[in-house]
Amino acid sequence: MTTATLATTTSAPGARLFEALFEDQSAKARAARGQPIAIRGLKKRFGELEVLRGIDLDVPAGQFLAIVGRSGCGKSTLLRILAGLDKPSEGTLSLSQAGTASATPRIMFQEPRLLPWARVLSNVEVGLGAERKLPEAEERAFQTLRAVGLEAKAQQWPALLSGGQRQRVALARALVSRPRVLALDEPLGALDALTRIEMQGLLERVWLAQGFTAILVTHDVSEALTLADRVVMIDEGRITLDIAVDLPRPRRRGSVDLALLEERILKDLIPEDANPPEYAI
Amino acid sequence: MTDRAEPIPRPQRTSLRVPDLKPLQPKSLQPWLARLTPWLLPLAILVVWQAASRLGFIAANVLPAPSDVLAAGWRLTLNGQLAENIGVSFKRAISGFLLGGSLAFALGLFNGLSKTSERVTDTTIQMVRNIPNLALIPLVILWFGIEEEAKLFLTSLGVFFPIYINTFHGVRTVDSQLVEMGRSYGMSNLELFRRVILPGALPSIFVGVRYALGIMWLTLIVAETIAANSGIGYMAMNAREFMLVDVVVLAIVIYAALGKLADSVVRLLERLCLSWHPAFQKH
Repeated sequence: MTTATLATTTSAPGARLFEALFEDQSAKARAARGQPIAIRGLKKRFGELEVLRGIDLDVPAGQFLAIVGRSGCGKSTLLRILAGLDKPSEGTLSLSQAGTASATPRIMFQEPRLLPWARVLSNVEVGLGAERKLPEAEERAFQTLRAVGLEAKAQQWPALLSGGQRQRVALARALVSRPRVLALDEPLGALDALTRIEMQGLLERVWLAQGFTAILVTHDVSEALTLADRVVMIDEGRITLDIAVDLPRPRRRGSVDLALLEERILKDLIPEDANPPEYAI
Repeated sequence: MTDRAEPIPRPQRTSLRVPDLKPLQPKSLQPWLARLTPWLLPLAILVVWQAASRLGFIAANVLPAPSDVLAAGWRLTLNGQLAENIGVSFKRAISGFLLGGSLAFALGLFNGLSKTSERVTDTTIQMVRNIPNLALIPLVILWFGIEEEAKLFLTSLGVFFPIYINTFHGVRTVDSQLVEMGRSYGMSNLELFRRVILPGALPSIFVGVRYALGIMWLTLIVAETIAANSGIGYMAMNAREFMLVDVVVLAIVIYAALGKLADSVVRLLERLCLSWHPAFQKH
């Protein structure tokens, strides 16, 4: 009895989301909404330091791609270039145009980056960019806020929300313009373990419903495997591994298939040290 | 091993009666009492002062009783001198504050936003800042005599630096992550300024304003006692010539009241503009 009630309440915001906003669910429709990305010979240098040393990557429309790697491997730089925050030193990046929907990729950061002096609803409206002046702007912002289950907090100050709620507002802000590409820079990195799992579920449902192309940068391999269609590993500025994750969704945490894949990726990620340091005091 | 394992003795279940816990907070004061509390100490001082004067512990030509000060105030109100002098001082304070403050605000924003502008002007400003503005009084008297310009110059100069420094600092310390967020959502420079940079700098600007108000009164009092023929400072100096101690004390009390008034206005503005700030949220 209790569990049943609990299940209904937790899934309620997600369920409403799809009825209200994003009806297209088929893979075909998803490909139509997302945007393919093509990267050729991409390099990025900061002074002497070459962070990206020639990346070639094709992301089909609507794919959920996860990029994993150790800190400092260049994965965040790649994402920032993708989102238009940095310019590549060499090579090309093309987000091919199709249809009329918003072409600017949206990015979600590890920190929510909400304006502390704006109410939750106007923070979501920031995501509309130039469309903020349209008459239906507020209604759209409110609908998106409802989609992440925070419509009750619309007039609240961000300082009064919990970390997970703030990140949900940031997600609503990224989604309100119905982006065709969403870049996620470790968006769940600062959340506690339980909130993380909830947010992973929300991200997956939103992606399934909206069908954008999603690029998730993370250092958490199991998170990448829970969410992504494909996992790419970057090491010292190059792609060193590219595997498809062909498992049915929603994926069961701790299933054998996931564990095997995780082990394989971790093996590549953590090099076998020939001489591990002796522990001695 | 067929022996039954010895059952582990269960701890005796003692019924613990948890006493009804009262919240640890002290009883909050009645709202009207809480509002009155800050005034209790000044009131007590007044009462002691009045009693000491009446009982002859304090000589009237050293420090007149509060009632005498009040009487002097009433006398000057009746002949119109008080209102006139307060009006003159108030006008000087406001015009000096507006002139110096707006220049400082503009320059602070400019230097905060543009490295080039900072490189050109900041060093000069920092040099001038370290001259105590009251040290300029002899020069100012030579330049302007005891005309209005002298007071305007000194108060604007005094107000300038705290507002400049805090505006500059406020703009510079706006969270760069928020600025990047704003840019990535396609805000124009103007929008970025209005929605991200200015609100972010506002708490610091308010600190500058409150600090500037203190300096404003200080500068004005000194300027009026030395180089003026009207205003509260002049009224006090004039009264000294005639040994009217009650008027001198009255002038000091008025300065205190005006200073408190200015500070209260800024606090009110702060509460209105910074209601998003955790420090200003009601609990």
